[in-house]
Amino acid sequence: MSVPAIIKIIDLHKSFGNLEVLKGIDVTLGESELVFILGPSGSGKSTLLRCCNRLEQAQRGQILFDGTDILKPDTEINAIRQQIGMVFQSFNLYPHLSVLGNICLALRKVKKFSKKQAREIAFHQLERVGLVDKSDNFPSELSGGQQQRVAIARALALDPKVMLFDEPTSALDPELVGDVLGVMKDLKNSGMTMLVVSHEMRFARSAADRIIFMDGGNIVEEGPPEQMFDNPQHQRTRSFLQQVGY
Amino acid sequence: MSAWERFLHTFFNRDVIIQYLPDIGKGFIVTCELAILVVISGIAMGFILAMVRAYQILPVNLIIVGFVDVLRSLPPLVLVLLFYFGLPNIGVVLSGFVVLWLVLAAVLAAFAEEIIWAGITSINKGQWEAARSTGLGMTQTLVYVILPQAIRMTIPPMTNRTIAITKNTALGTVIGVGEILNQATTAQSFSSNASPLMVGAIVYVLLFVPIVVLGRWIETRFAWKNA
Ligand SMILES: Nc1ncnc2c1ncn2[C@@H]1O[C@H](COP(=O)(O)OP(=O)(O)O)[C@@H](O)[C@H]1O
Ligand SMILES: [Mg+2]
Repeated sequence: MSVPAIIKIIDLHKSFGNLEVLKGIDVTLGESELVFILGPSGSGKSTLLRCCNRLEQAQRGQILFDGTDILKPDTEINAIRQQIGMVFQSFNLYPHLSVLGNICLALRKVKKFSKKQAREIAFHQLERVGLVDKSDNFPSELSGGQQQRVAIARALALDPKVMLFDEPTSALDPELVGDVLGVMKDLKNSGMTMLVVSHEMRFARSAADRIIFMDGGNIVEEGPPEQMFDNPQHQRTRSFLQQVGY
Repeated sequence: MSAWERFLHTFFNRDVIIQYLPDIGKGFIVTCELAILVVISGIAMGFILAMVRAYQILPVNLIIVGFVDVLRSLPPLVLVLLFYFGLPNIGVVLSGFVVLWLVLAAVLAAFAEEIIWAGITSINKGQWEAARSTGLGMTQTLVYVILPQAIRMTIPPMTNRTIAITKNTALGTVIGVGEILNQATTAQSFSSNASPLMVGAIVYVLLFVPIVVLGRWIETRFAWKNA
């Protein structure tokens, strides 16, 4: 890898009770890279992503973020989390706060920005996702696609070094998927480092630098999109792509 | 005397009412003072207990759950008598007013803790995760994200419980606290007439109906624009 690594996952193991969900995962995410994770349901994709900001505690291995092992108990995790944006399948906007309130909360309470500074940043990010006119609305007044774009703006507002996306379009009506993917594409073009779990194959092909195929808690194979889609090496990858109709 | 006159004479005797109204007025003030103290300290304590419980420290939680379950199962009268007549034997002498305040506040705290805890646990896990993923700490997440949503859900049960507990200020009668009911029964025995009790009942209604209405108003106010 020629570019410096932002996230380096080394031999990551994670179990829920007796169920081993990640069985030794190694992933390197270089600066400005967009890495796509594909795999059947239950293969451990979400768990892998959630280990990256310690929403799940892995049992073994290392996750180096900018050289710091975030799995070490003495790592100042809240400081790291601001630099790792996360976008969830179910948006998880705060229903009691306006769009502006959603974006400003962490800016005010974590980054300790003044109200004025926080608003400025929030408006800038809303501009990026095309929702400036919705700043005073509540989440329930927005479509799913708009909510997800607000969630992206909320994460971006903290000026993260990397963004994690866990099936960001899976809960959306088909006609709303495009807007969210558009925002992600812009993000990619602006040089953001991204780790994306999604089933949007066409987006993967056009935007991803690298695709990782996971199954049963292991990485089966990885490579550039052309190779993964046109010439997959493993039978499991082939049958998965066939199943999803690609 | 006709039956109607006898009825009026027994329950709405003008002379008796005028004579004892000032006493019942004093009782009204005492009941209000107690009610305010009990509501504020009880709900505040319930909040603190529920928040502490959210940190999931096992020994601490066992103590909280134990405290809550015991207080919820005992009739408040038992606690009132126990404290008022028992504590002096170990050298702690508290006035009836203070005993009543502490007991009712503790009982309200126990119920409030359960209500708020139920509210906290009803909030989707995704809210915690979203907040924590932006670097908010556990307490910040609780205060800015979880509690504001949980509180809305707790308002109806909390209003009901608060009214139920505050009405127990009438237990002051058995330990000599000069609240409404005590004043009314004293007046009733001096005058051998039920009118003071009637006035007491009316004062209770005047005191609690506004609280019931207020609770309903808050309930509608707090319902945020949701789908
Ligand atoms: N909190 C949890 N407790 C127990 N099992 C879990 C938990 N989260 C996920 N799992 C299990 O871990 C496996 C991988 O889940 P997940 O990472 O969500 O897969 P994917 O995102 O690829 O569908 C599944 O078998 C799932 O049931
Ligand atoms: Mg998943």
